[in-house]
Amino acid sequence: MLATSVGTARAVAETVTDPELPMLTLADLGVLRDVEETPSGVIVTITPTYSGCPAMDAMRADLMVALHRAGYPEVDVRTVLSPAWTTDWITREGREKLAEAGIAPPGKAPRGPVTLALTAPPSRVACPRCGSLDTRLLSRFSATACRALRQCGSCAEPFEHVKEI
Amino acid sequence: MSFDNAYEALTEDNDARWAFGTGFADPLAGMDTTVPSTVDATSLAEYCLHLGDDALIMSHRLQDWCTAAPELEDEVALANIGLDLLGQARLLLSRAARADPSLVPPVPQSEEDALAFFRDAHEFRNVRLVELAGDFAFAMAQLLVFSTWRLALFTALVSTEDKVLAAIAAKGVKELAYHRDYAAQWVVRLGDGTPYSQERMQAGLDAVWPYVDELFEDSAHVRAEFDSVVAEVCEAATLRVPVVVMAPREHTEHLPAILAEMQSVAREHPDATC
Repeated sequence: MLATSVGTARAVAETVTDPELPMLTLADLGVLRDVEETPSGVIVTITPTYSGCPAMDAMRADLMVALHRAGYPEVDVRTVLSPAWTTDWITREGREKLAEAGIAPPGKAPRGPVTLALTAPPSRVACPRCGSLDTRLLSRFSATACRALRQCGSCAEPFEHVKEI
Repeated sequence: MSFDNAYEALTEDNDARWAFGTGFADPLAGMDTTVPSTVDATSLAEYCLHLGDDALIMSHRLQDWCTAAPELEDEVALANIGLDLLGQARLLLSRAARADPSLVPPVPQSEEDALAFFRDAHEFRNVRLVELAGDFAFAMAQLLVFSTWRLALFTALVSTEDKVLAAIAAKGVKELAYHRDYAAQWVVRLGDGTPYSQERMQAGLDAVWPYVDELFEDSAHVRAEFDSVVAEVCEAATLRVPVVVMAPREHTEHLPAILAEMQSVAREHPDATC
């Protein structure tokens, strides 16, 4: 899907950052699905991270403003729900930016049938500050739907983790 | 962007700085919402309304825990779960409205607002389970039952004929898996805790159970999965799965109160959002 689009509208759209994780662009996050230049204007396709993501309207507005300023008067921002967003779409660069900002990037997203977890799974999340794997889950839900709250057993710092979905 | 006064800033269109904008755009913006020719549009719309109302009222119930949960982390967790469900409700109410516009009350508001804020209690199609309120143990029992049922239902809906509903379900599955784990872990912690916490947790389960059978009246195909998950959780929690008769069919006395709170602003100020 991404390979079919060309032109500088894509380059402009790729500079727009996420309202809640401003160190990442929408492209880094994997929510920017397509940018297409047509004779009648630019069609941008985005997908929500979670169903209730309150930042969708802000993303839409930011994309409009960026493209208008770059000289594209006609912009249509469309939503796509399928395939559903996964943290596997966060780019390598995006993961590096998250870690630099003190937010642990996600591991591989679970696939196949959903399983029931009656206890917190063993830690595979490294502390973004000291690198220790001795970290524990404080809460699976944090400041935003996509982040969990963890604490490092070595340096004692609490930190956020973009949880796998 | 710069403004001479705060009022000017507030009234600007498409302003993204005010808690994610001053309005809520269409959650299905730009999507192809044509109903497949093999699907009955009214049945699809009514079903989406039922699933949407469940999520809307459950979301409202979870929001009650803001400032009232035992720990800040749980307040944040319950608010996040409520937000996921509110998102599902928006998508489903919008899907219902596109499939059969005759279900939408004739008011100038957007379709989803019209459905959420301008219907009365007797027009809501939610299961009664989501209307109930109680202590924290009750809330965890309610959330375990709700998310276990809904996760099984949405997993089956991923392959439904209507592509919009299938996409909403596929997205919801990922969220509901987290919700179910959260509730299950609390049920185990309280059930397998002290004698007093076990007593409260069992009381919560017992109070929820008269509302379980209703969930499967039109989704008998997921009952076996539900029973197996609940049995696994109850065993780990050293609790008994209750055996009780179904509660009366009418909406509970809670629903008009929930709606009065949820709808009052939209009805008092119908021009506030469009």
